[in-house]
Amino acid sequence: MVSKSINEINERIKDGSVSVVTAEEMVGIVAELGAQGAAKEVDVVTTGTFGAMCSSGVFLNFGHSEPPIKMQRIWLNDVEAYTGVAAVDAYIGATQVSETLGMEYGGAHVIEDLIKGNAIEVHATSPGTDCYPRKVLDTTIDIDDLNQAIMLNPRNAYQRYNAATNSTSQKLYTYMGLLMPNFGNVTYSGAGVLSPLSNDPEYRTIGTGTRIFLGGAQGYIVGQGTQHSSTNGFGTLMIQGDLKEMDQEFINASTFTGYGTSLYVGMGIPIPVLDEKIAQATAVSDADIITKVLDYGVPSRDRPVVRQVTYEELRSGSIDIKGCEVVTSSLSSFKRSRQVAGILKDWIAHGEFFLSQPAERLPLDTISKPMKQTRGTPMVKNIMTKNVITIHKNASVYEAAKKIMDVSFTHLPVVTENNTLVGIVTAWDISKAVAQNTFDLVENIMTKKVVTAMDSEQVTLAARRLEQYRVSAMPVVDGQNHVIGIITSDDISMLFARRD
Amino acid sequence: MKIRIVIDQDIVTKPILAEAILETGVLLNIAQAHFDSAAGEIIVDIKDTEYSKIKNALVLRGAKVLKLDTPINWDEEECVECGACISVCPTKVFSMDIEWNLIVDNTKCIQCGTCIEMCPHDALSLMYESK
Ligand code: SF4
Ligand code: SF4
Repeated sequence: MVSKSINEINERIKDGSVSVVTAEEMVGIVAELGAQGAAKEVDVVTTGTFGAMCSSGVFLNFGHSEPPIKMQRIWLNDVEAYTGVAAVDAYIGATQVSETLGMEYGGAHVIEDLIKGNAIEVHATSPGTDCYPRKVLDTTIDIDDLNQAIMLNPRNAYQRYNAATNSTSQKLYTYMGLLMPNFGNVTYSGAGVLSPLSNDPEYRTIGTGTRIFLGGAQGYIVGQGTQHSSTNGFGTLMIQGDLKEMDQEFINASTFTGYGTSLYVGMGIPIPVLDEKIAQATAVSDADIITKVLDYGVPSRDRPVVRQVTYEELRSGSIDIKGCEVVTSSLSSFKRSRQVAGILKDWIAHGEFFLSQPAERLPLDTISKPMKQTRGTPMVKNIMTKNVITIHKNASVYEAAKKIMDVSFTHLPVVTENNTLVGIVTAWDISKAVAQNTFDLVENIMTKKVVTAMDSEQVTLAARRLEQYRVSAMPVVDGQNHVIGIITSDDISMLFARRD
Repeated sequence: MKIRIVIDQDIVTKPILAEAILETGVLLNIAQAHFDSAAGEIIVDIKDTEYSKIKNALVLRGAKVLKLDTPINWDEEECVECGACISVCPTKVFSMDIEWNLIVDNTKCIQCGTCIEMCPHDALSLMYESK
């Protein structure tokens, strides 16, 4: 039975006799010496991760202007920050995007520019009060001009991340990166063997007040992160640190095309090996960490699971999905995760970093609930046009033209005898046929790949598809592909106009 | 060398490629082909010396021909070596070595631009593509 205290370990850090290894090295040590042997041999295991952490941001204090202002709204390089916290404090969040540049530049980039020491344009407005008379403020600052720049990330370092793939025939632009059509690739996040929470999944040494590596400096765990869902292994951390001491190597702005901006954060947690149970936990390897590959082609909160997978498989470069070899990509950098764990190890070995006893462990019994929604969401069947005019596939182009004239509707779903959808013709297809003198059958000029909606589907999803495929109307079909209605972009804009 | 041949919708049904090959006797090694309702795009390998011959034959028939002589540009300063680009490249330009360093073999690049959309760190660019 091995039993050590954090104080004893700190004594060893002080006198230089501490034995510290990275979580990657620990796998082999436990395999060789067993948990008990490893617990005797090793005092601290360092972890590390470097990846996109959207839920990140920085509290800034600007000091008071003359005459003073109570900032009601503020923009930093055109990116809005939150100022509902007293007069000259603001919180700049990583995913807020620029009013002028959009997704190319966001809060994450402001944070990176601050670390680099670059000048930031500040614009603030206020209604003016007796104590804070000023209404508008414009100035240029850099990080040294701020009283504080304290990074406070509400949700970082997920214990586990799901991996992503795409079953649809369209490219998807997501926070998991570009997902290629027809299961064209798989993307994943996290550092596997080095992942901080995976190395202490019962949070025996991790909690409020744990000193950590954050962005190249020393930071702290505030406590459980938002959405901390420990009962199903999706724990998260809220962490804080001094931006003024951080290094751009480990805090890096990013843009996911079509999704938005995010901050790459490097963080690492030292795990004191207090006994053999902890030694055993830190021996976790890529092969032991299991996650799910989810289909992002289904735009739902509950995405279907395509398969289970270990980090070992993900990191091998490809995995098997339905009999095909699919290439995998990490979004986190394993090389930099290793650097984080390595630097933390050096700090401890050289007596520059001491472990702290958490004041409170992370809760073990939390679950993240879905949102309570009190307003019903409209379904396609509520707003579709039910008496849809269709045309038979063997009708002539002339008949189609006449029908479009008669009903003054520009889209005709093309059907068979039993009303099964086989295509669509638009006024445009017909003009083209006429211009080319092809007075043919509808079947020969129709578009065969029809974008459709289901009657039981939410309007929001149908609307998104209209946008994606740049069409203005979609036939609504039932489970047997029978046409039962049609939904147009006008129907949808009318619905949303009513709500505003 | 690699060239990209773009065939617009209005001529996509004509046997342009076959005609150009017959006329010039130049053999095309097709590296990639992609056709949809809007246009066709073919990447082929040819001998440098035959470029102008085949180009003229194709352009005469309405196709656009582009030399793929400026492959993907990798900015090592911006790159964090995540590896996100690896899984979207159709020609496996990117890979990881055993130490998880990114390896870029841009001789295989066909300038499709997909990796530029994927890279979260703005580390990849093509000359003619101003992002
Ligand atoms: S996606 Fe960009 S940052 Fe990531 S490895 Fe490729 S080039 Fe580097
Ligand atoms: S441009 Fe296309 S072919 Fe070239 S490296 Fe990028 S993804 Fe690969």
